[in-house]
Amino acid sequence: MIRLIDIQKSYDNGTKALKGVNLRIDDGEFVFLVGPSGSGKSTIIKLITAEIAPSGGRLMVNGYNLNNIRPRQVPYMRRTLGVIFQDFRLIEKKTVKENLTFAMRAVGASPREIRKRVPYVLDLVGLDQKGDRMPSQLSGGEQQRVAIARALVNNPKMIIADEPTGNLDPMRSLEIMMLLERINELGTTLLVVTHEKELVNRFSKRVVAIENGRIISDETGGYYNNETTI
Amino acid sequence: MRQRYDFGYFLSEGFHSIFTHGFMSFAAVCMIVCCLLIMGSFTLVAVNAESMFSDLEAENQFTAYIDETIPQDEARALQDDIEAVPNVSRAEFVTKEQAQEDFEARYEGNELFEGLPADTYRDRFHIYLDDISLLAETEAAVKEVAGVADTQSAPEIAEGFTVIRNIAGAVAVILVVILLAVSLFIIANTIKLATFNRREEIAIMKMCGATNAFVRWPFVFEGLILGLVGAVVAFFLQWGIYVLVGNAISGEDTISLITVLPFQPMALRVLGVFVLTGFVIGAGGSLAAIRKFLQV
Ligand SMILES: Nc1ncnc2c1ncn2[C@@H]1O[C@H](COP(=O)(O)OP(=O)(O)OP(=O)(O)O)[C@@H](O)[C@H]1O
Ligand SMILES: [Mg+2]
Repeated sequence: MIRLIDIQKSYDNGTKALKGVNLRIDDGEFVFLVGPSGSGKSTIIKLITAEIAPSGGRLMVNGYNLNNIRPRQVPYMRRTLGVIFQDFRLIEKKTVKENLTFAMRAVGASPREIRKRVPYVLDLVGLDQKGDRMPSQLSGGEQQRVAIARALVNNPKMIIADEPTGNLDPMRSLEIMMLLERINELGTTLLVVTHEKELVNRFSKRVVAIENGRIISDETGGYYNNETTI
Repeated sequence: MRQRYDFGYFLSEGFHSIFTHGFMSFAAVCMIVCCLLIMGSFTLVAVNAESMFSDLEAENQFTAYIDETIPQDEARALQDDIEAVPNVSRAEFVTKEQAQEDFEARYEGNELFEGLPADTYRDRFHIYLDDISLLAETEAAVKEVAGVADTQSAPEIAEGFTVIRNIAGAVAVILVVILLAVSLFIIANTIKLATFNRREEIAIMKMCGATNAFVRWPFVFEGLILGLVGAVVAFFLQWGIYVLVGNAISGEDTISLITVLPFQPMALRVLGVFVLTGFVIGAGGSLAAIRKFLQV
């Protein structure tokens, strides 16, 4: 569960990226976070992953209070999250399987757990035949599937995706979104940041719209109809 | 919940990444080898100089041999005459039997000097000086004393050895410290270059929930392995260089003013110091290099 209460964020250069954001995401939800460029979407993601700290307000993530979390607790908080980025962020020098193994190793999983979990997750994202390829030998959509598999591999409570389809064509984007929907149906909470109006409107999900550092609408089964967007 | 540490994994990751980042590893090893060679060569020169100085310093004295025809008790009585010579601080009588014993003890195991009759030796005085710079004059004056047959001193003795030696020692320590600091700096930067490509990798690990310790260990092992490889390479190069230079000096130096210490007896210590320094430079450099990247 995520809770932002009157969250403010000013960057060191004085930019006020968030001006009092209230947002609550419960376990099992699928939420789209939409808004124009520079509205503060990535800032919210970075606050949730504890990459940056809020300037004001209260922030809870999966039972961790990020206002006064100790640095040594941050890794354990992050293990409750799976993060996906627009640019995939795979390790180019490792195969698909090694990328997943690496993520499981990072949280101290045993070789036995790894042997069991990796094929399952690869199968889930439809890459069971391509585990031994290098990322460079995959299409963009496939690379994003690897990133999704990596986000899933440690069985997080929640997956956070910052423009996961930003680098993909509409067909691949739809496939990725459907995969994320399926993952949500299997019980993982999802928060997906996107620009893509068409895509959002194909799914009947909760849509949170942000503009200029403030939430301007939040409707379940909502429709992305912000005129100022893009 | 405690983090499980799997050192086999860290070791294999560290080892693996040495090969994946082959060129940078090679550069780091080269740097470690260079630093160790410079430091090692300098230290070895210092050790040699030190040993030469202490040999020379021990000769702040000369020996006066007494005419063989003079009986031993008369010879002993010459002490007052000799000590009356200006600049002589002390004269120490040594009988020929004692001289033989000392000599044989010093060259123990050398058959050439064994079992020579005591007559081969003469009674003698070891004469200690107040001022070593007046050695020549004092030696001449002692030779004038009736009953003294001959004198012998080391001609290389110059004044101020102690001072020179102390200065040289201090300079050596300062230079080694500076060199160590410089090599650490260079290694840290070399490894920083090597790890620069891995910022992304580190950021990914941290995003997956890896602890700092988990991220660090493979780098520590990598640094230790690089340090070890560098140390071993440097050791053999150092050995070769030392022997070559030593031979060249001995070949040039016909009057054998300079004696080069043999390498073998020092080898183990050199290797030990190299490996330790290599470990410190390697692991210290790695840790310094990745510190910045860990703040994700
Ligand atoms: N590290 C930073 N330092 C200073 N200002 C920043 C920093 N990161 C973001 N900003 C500013 O904060 C505001 C919000 O940025 P943010 O990245 O959250 O936008 P976004 O909604 O993700 O945009 P986009 O859709 O283009 O990714 C922008 O004005 C941006 O310029
Ligand atoms: Mg963004």
